[in-house]
Amino acid sequence: MSEAGHATVHKDYTGAKLGMWLFLFTEIILFGGMFLLYAVYLARYPKEFAAAGAELDIVLGTANTVILLTGSLLVAVSVSAVRRGSRKLAQWMLWGGVLSGALFLFNKYLEWSTEIRHGIYPNSPVLLQKEQGEIIFFGLYYITLGLHGLHVFIGAVLLAVMAVWVATGAVNRDDFVKLENSGLYWHLVDLIWIFIFPLYYLLL
Amino acid sequence: MTEQAHAAVPYRTFVIVWALLLVLTATTVAVSRIHLGPLNIWVALGIASLKSALVIFFFMHLKYERLLFKLFLLGALITLAIFVGLTFFDVLYR
Amino acid sequence: MTETHSATADDRGFLAPDGKGLFGWIFSTDHKRIGLLYMYAILTFFLVGVALGVLVRLELIAPGETIVSAQTYNALFTLHGVIMIFFFIIPGIPAIFGNLFLPIHIGANDVAFPRLNLLSWWLYIIGASLAVGSLFSGGGPPDTGWTFYVPFSTQTTTNVPLAVFGVFILGFSSILTGINFVTTVHRLRAPGINYGRLTLFVWGLYATAWVQVLATPILAITLVLVILERLLGAGMFDPAKGGDPIMFQHLFWIYSHPAVYIMILPGMGIISEILPVFARKPIFGYWAIAFSSIAIAAVGSLVWGHHMFVSGMSDIAILVFSLLTFLVAVPSAVKVFNWVATLYKGSISLDPPMLFALTFIFLFSIGGLTGLVQGAAATNVHVHDTHFIVGHFHYTMFGGTGFAFFAGLHYWFPKIYGRMCNKRVATVAWALMFAGFNILYFSMIILGLRGMPRRYYDYLPEYTDLNVVATVGSWIMVTGLLLMFINLFRGAFRGEPAGPNPWGGLTLEWTLSSPPPSENFATPPVITRGPYDFDEGKSSP
Repeated sequence: MSEAGHATVHKDYTGAKLGMWLFLFTEIILFGGMFLLYAVYLARYPKEFAAAGAELDIVLGTANTVILLTGSLLVAVSVSAVRRGSRKLAQWMLWGGVLSGALFLFNKYLEWSTEIRHGIYPNSPVLLQKEQGEIIFFGLYYITLGLHGLHVFIGAVLLAVMAVWVATGAVNRDDFVKLENSGLYWHLVDLIWIFIFPLYYLLL
Repeated sequence: MTEQAHAAVPYRTFVIVWALLLVLTATTVAVSRIHLGPLNIWVALGIASLKSALVIFFFMHLKYERLLFKLFLLGALITLAIFVGLTFFDVLYR
Repeated sequence: MTETHSATADDRGFLAPDGKGLFGWIFSTDHKRIGLLYMYAILTFFLVGVALGVLVRLELIAPGETIVSAQTYNALFTLHGVIMIFFFIIPGIPAIFGNLFLPIHIGANDVAFPRLNLLSWWLYIIGASLAVGSLFSGGGPPDTGWTFYVPFSTQTTTNVPLAVFGVFILGFSSILTGINFVTTVHRLRAPGINYGRLTLFVWGLYATAWVQVLATPILAITLVLVILERLLGAGMFDPAKGGDPIMFQHLFWIYSHPAVYIMILPGMGIISEILPVFARKPIFGYWAIAFSSIAIAAVGSLVWGHHMFVSGMSDIAILVFSLLTFLVAVPSAVKVFNWVATLYKGSISLDPPMLFALTFIFLFSIGGLTGLVQGAAATNVHVHDTHFIVGHFHYTMFGGTGFAFFAGLHYWFPKIYGRMCNKRVATVAWALMFAGFNILYFSMIILGLRGMPRRYYDYLPEYTDLNVVATVGSWIMVTGLLLMFINLFRGAFRGEPAGPNPWGGLTLEWTLSSPPPSENFATPPVITRGPYDFDEGKSSP
């Protein structure tokens, strides 16, 4: 499909989505590098990984999984809402998404402050006493989940901006690709957590 | 000049997908408490892949996008799989 | 049919001042201006890289400490590598000539995301500045080599974090260019430009763009891990904490090998553009060349372990990567055969673009053949970390991408500036470069086979003779380089005015004025033939 070129900026809905998906691929590969490391070290230290994973808070981890999944639901609904002209519903959904991100990060703060209080953080004396496999597990844990948390924050900010733009009309039923693309970013953040959760919290 | 997008996805569809995702989450937690040895990790990854497929096809709308998008995603995932797979030729056989 | 714009030297097209001065350039979203912004920035860094190379060769003209200490020498070759690879060769052809001509080749007025394109340039400037900042801050310039291997990179007191962060930012510049180009090719082709009528330059850029998108993120995470290792000590690559230093090498080369295909594929695209024009013959095997670009990108992503044969990797991995490495030579060879077949019974004009293109084929082939020695694990053990490797990658990256870059520079120079540069001076410059290049780098091939290690400021006395030869070769080559740039610079201001099509090319840029107008095509061109159909179209120079 081709586009006629104009001197003015043209809008290409499919092209904008294509560009966003390509960007998502880069994020998948970025986290893929961390999952590659995880896979290699899991193969090397199966018992130590299970022992270290048992120290994580499975309740908070599961709660965070449900929170992100719900956030994704709300964001997906917001896109359909905008397309139907239900501006109010869309804004509620988007702020709900922001809230899910905030809750997620709050839980993460609870988890990490507990773990750090117990002396478990990269290069800590307590950690360095443990088995090598456990040291590696927690190294991967902090880096991967830290990177993911940063993306949750960015995603939440994006959703907030979208909520404002729905209110002002910058995002509307005739021009909503920015919302769709922000939604794609948010769902990606959810996707990464879908893999993080069993790999870090559910090891036996 | 905007193109025609497909019709908006019904809210109901999203809620059903979300419910499925919650069920799968409960499943993966439950199964993880059963000792299956090396099988555990593969079951966990399998369920995670199922959940991902639901998110990708419905929440991320890929089911309704053109074939090109689906092929591109497949290509990206295969690339990652190859990176991991070829690395394991080293790590597994040292 | 396409329009032909007539031009005088006074009609400066997109170069003409728009009343916004410098801001009209550094905040422009016009792909042509962005291409030139990249060109000036990249060539500046290239010249810095050349100067560093000259210093490296000055140190190596005699054994022992000659002009700098060992520590300074380590910083010199590290910076030379970082600048040449990340600031010149990787961005070079896509960011400059891709930005200038990809949209024009497909009949579009710009890339898919012009503002993202401008952001790419700014990220380049910011990343490069940060990396240069490591020269003057922290513990001074990094001394790790451009490959930043652990454990040294996580322990050395030099300013690795700043340099690595700068490269990290540059990586995003590359990623955004890749995203832009893939989307542009899919979405902005003018009517009649089906995939069978894409220029081979565009095919090369397209394959490259995919590698930029899928491989560069691994570099990003690898660099982040180095910085985090220094900051947090998590132990990802530290054996004392259970980590594996070889995992750094895997992650690093998973990007850095495909990176060399980011470097070469656009260059090969340029060669495929130039040969038909200066042989006045259609390209031989259009689809073979197009698909070989895709094949090189794909198979080239599978071979990274051939940098690690002596690292302690498993024997099975050595076997697998060696086999895959031999496979990737095939599509490259396909291109070489097709290029040579294009020349057969052609009407050859030895203008400067053609001289550089022909020597590309010669130099890249030598580079490729030395690559086979390295791809075979048994011989690799003898040449790894010797000057054989240094010779190999200069033949491929410099003799290959570098010469393709210069070929493109001379080919498209009249289009960009509306003037011709002096052909005789360009030819002399080329001859000096070609002679100097081979004297410089073939000596390294021999030195490497004789066992001279790389990255050492000192060497055994038996290697002195060839090192002197190599350093003299570097002076000859740099003389040619400088002459070439001076000639181009003069040509831009005082060269003979060039019309729209001085070379008689058939691709779309030659239907526009020289320089092209700000808006490429007032109405989208309608294309009814392929870009190399010299039998059908008649174009007069």
